[in-house]
Amino acid sequence: MIGIKSYGGYIPRYRLNRMVIVQNMAWYLPVIMAVAQGEKSVANWDEDSLSMGVAAAYDCMSGGDRKALDAVYFASTTLPFADRQNASVLATALNAPEEGVDNADFTGSIKAGTTAAIAAIEAIESGSKDNVLVVASDLRRTKMATMYEMFLGDGAAALLFGKDDIIAECKGYYSHSCDFVDHYKGYGKEFDYTWEERWVRDEGYGKIIPEAISAFLGKTGMQINDFDKVIYPCYFKGTHAGIARKLGLDPSKVQDNMHEVCGDTGTAHPLVMFIAALEEAKPGDKLLLASFGQGCDVLYFEVTDKIKDLKAPQGIKGSLARRVELDSYQKFCKWRDLIVADLGIRGEANPNTALTTLWRKRKMLLGLVGSRCKKCGTPHFPPSQVCINPDCGAVEEMEEYEFSEKTGKILMYTGDMLAASVDPPAIYGMISFDGGGRTMLDFTDCKLEQIKVGMGVRLSFRRKYRDDMRGFTGYFWKAIPQVEE
Amino acid sequence: MATGIKDKVAIIGMGCTKFGERWDVGAEELMVEAFQEAIQDAGIDKNEIQAAWLGTCFDEVNVGKSALPASMTLRLPNISVTRVENFCASGTEAFRGAVYAVASGAYDIAMAIGVEKLKDIGYGGLPEFSSAMGTLNGLWFPNVTAPGCFAMLASGYAAKYGIDMQELKKAMAHVSAKSHANGVLNPKAHLRKAVTEEKILNAPMIAYPLGLFDCCGVSDGSACAIVTTPEIAKSLGKKDFVTVKALQLSLSNGTEMAYEWDGAHFITAAKASTEAYKEAGIKNPREELSLMEVHDCFSITELVTMEDLHISERGKAPKDIMDGFYDLDGKLPCQVDGGLKCFGHPIGASGLRMLYEIYLQLHGRADKRQLKDPKLGLTHNLGGFPMMNVCSVAIIGKYDV
Repeated sequence: MIGIKSYGGYIPRYRLNRMVIVQNMAWYLPVIMAVAQGEKSVANWDEDSLSMGVAAAYDCMSGGDRKALDAVYFASTTLPFADRQNASVLATALNAPEEGVDNADFTGSIKAGTTAAIAAIEAIESGSKDNVLVVASDLRRTKMATMYEMFLGDGAAALLFGKDDIIAECKGYYSHSCDFVDHYKGYGKEFDYTWEERWVRDEGYGKIIPEAISAFLGKTGMQINDFDKVIYPCYFKGTHAGIARKLGLDPSKVQDNMHEVCGDTGTAHPLVMFIAALEEAKPGDKLLLASFGQGCDVLYFEVTDKIKDLKAPQGIKGSLARRVELDSYQKFCKWRDLIVADLGIRGEANPNTALTTLWRKRKMLLGLVGSRCKKCGTPHFPPSQVCINPDCGAVEEMEEYEFSEKTGKILMYTGDMLAASVDPPAIYGMISFDGGGRTMLDFTDCKLEQIKVGMGVRLSFRRKYRDDMRGFTGYFWKAIPQVEE
Repeated sequence: MATGIKDKVAIIGMGCTKFGERWDVGAEELMVEAFQEAIQDAGIDKNEIQAAWLGTCFDEVNVGKSALPASMTLRLPNISVTRVENFCASGTEAFRGAVYAVASGAYDIAMAIGVEKLKDIGYGGLPEFSSAMGTLNGLWFPNVTAPGCFAMLASGYAAKYGIDMQELKKAMAHVSAKSHANGVLNPKAHLRKAVTEEKILNAPMIAYPLGLFDCCGVSDGSACAIVTTPEIAKSLGKKDFVTVKALQLSLSNGTEMAYEWDGAHFITAAKASTEAYKEAGIKNPREELSLMEVHDCFSITELVTMEDLHISERGKAPKDIMDGFYDLDGKLPCQVDGGLKCFGHPIGASGLRMLYEIYLQLHGRADKRQLKDPKLGLTHNLGGFPMMNVCSVAIIGKYDV
């Protein structure tokens, strides 16, 4: 049996009510009012597709064995690096193995997430791999006052494919590829370029998805209503329902397109919607998943009894519940770099990243891997050769020790108005890890007024800096005070 | 068996510039200003100086690397000059180099000069630090500034002693108000305006819970000391001269940051001061010291330091502060010259500037600030951050004490 062993989801904490966009920008493009239902998810200023992918991947692997991964596939149209395998950054953040591992990026189309899933299934079918983690994520910047700004949200999803302990068996798949260009992003361009909506709706989503699903049904001899849920993206609400009508699908079996709760998350979206369906699924349920983008991938899964044994991850449901309203459109625009606010001369500092140092310390910097003294058990971050415990002091007696999934407590903190920050005050502090060790970290996803000494924290992989001069993005881990717990 | 530095070295000349936003001059002119005062005070010829130490911290936006700026600017007679940098202890480190050089017997007369030109960077606060922390730290250290790191100490202190932040802020406000009052009396201070505690408490936030007046100024300045042996001092006709009683340095080893620490005190300052009292033969510093010049980069730093120097009991510094114990007319005046609060903190100069005030006080030359018959004074520098720092403590006093 080949299929899904576990799933994970990540919808960033901030949500922008679409009426806030309308209030700020309808003077410029009144038609945005037509799709102003609900809210869209907004990644924090220190997130990108890769950092969100890491969050989804950890969620998926919680309780799983990251050391057993044979490959990490990362799908996104908003990869931070055009040439530096983003999947391997993600795999390093997971402290996944390097030897015998074959990571890959899937990109170039918002259907890349399902394409990566099919590649994972085929790799396992071929016998070359046992465990493949598929992560899809997108953070698409949009111009102000566009329909895209209204439709799109940010998010990530992860699925672990394997051969045993399967919660949803893959029972077939089919792909259709064609050069239908509803939107494109030219090389070096900042934003997507979109064609007329009516054409995209009627000739794109409205035809390509039902035709691919019909072709799959024809191939397998199944009927559309054999499925308990049919999952496909389409940010036009009317067209989304129209596709079901065209297929003769019972409307109760259509998975919601999530426009009101987060918006279309691009490459991640078919998997985000699929995970939302899995979260409600019972053993025996048949799920049909389709994507869109220069064609359509169709995958058929059947939920197994094992889904009852899965330790529930945060998933999509959990991350949707963890929400805070972003009440400022200006803040959203600043976070997405759509407007220019002065950082001051202090903000101009831009030291180069020593790639040699990054290579030597990749586990520490990307995976938050420290060390633990084999003699006395003291955990260390950063990793150290000499034990810090004054009663021990052992030298070169360290083993690897992962901090990324540890919880901790705030020892001291501040909100700094002097530090150059996109979202002042810069909040940071010292934390002690439960189980030993302590360090000083930036805090994120919190407000200064909510924090106090002793409050719990969790850790999150975030963009640490962006070197616009050289095009480099640096990542590290931050602490998230658990203000909601 | 080491015998310590006590009374092995005499200070025979000191100089200190006017501190402030010295838009008119650079580090070079500042050094000349401090040096000329020191050499005239010592009453020796420049060519009698056999070795010198230069303390600067942010060399890249200041004098540049090496000790050449001091040697060339002052036209020193091709002697050994060494540049030292150890964060905010840089000035005291320069002094330490000169004092140890004389104590070792290698030289008869040595000089320490500290300088920092901070106001050539174009923005407020200390120079941005990210290119100066090394290739690895730069990749993971949080986006910190000096006020932010010391502000954290206030959160740790309030939590440890269960003090409401507003109450702690009142004690911190008194720390700053007291120094501002002292600064008014000092023509060399940068800030010479009395500030009320109410104004301090209502100032804009810089890094929670530190407001504007909880932070010291940023300024340019230089200070200089010329040292020799007591025997040579005597032969030069010096009477009632000042000698070094203790000189200690303590550095973090990572414990605070990565192992164990209450976040409410400085491990290094507690250690350095203990060692300094031992070296100086001081049993009860609260009674024996006449005055102190400590590293009040931020009000909370001074507050906590009163405990680390073993003057106030743990958790009791706010009470001593509110009681006026450290005021100019208190039992143990602290920041008599106005402190970093009013002098600002041209890093390489600060340690020597503190010694300058004690030197003036011991010679009875402190004018309106003059204390009655001071005998022993302590200086303290704290460089870096509460969770990883360099701490220096110096004690100087009259030779016969």
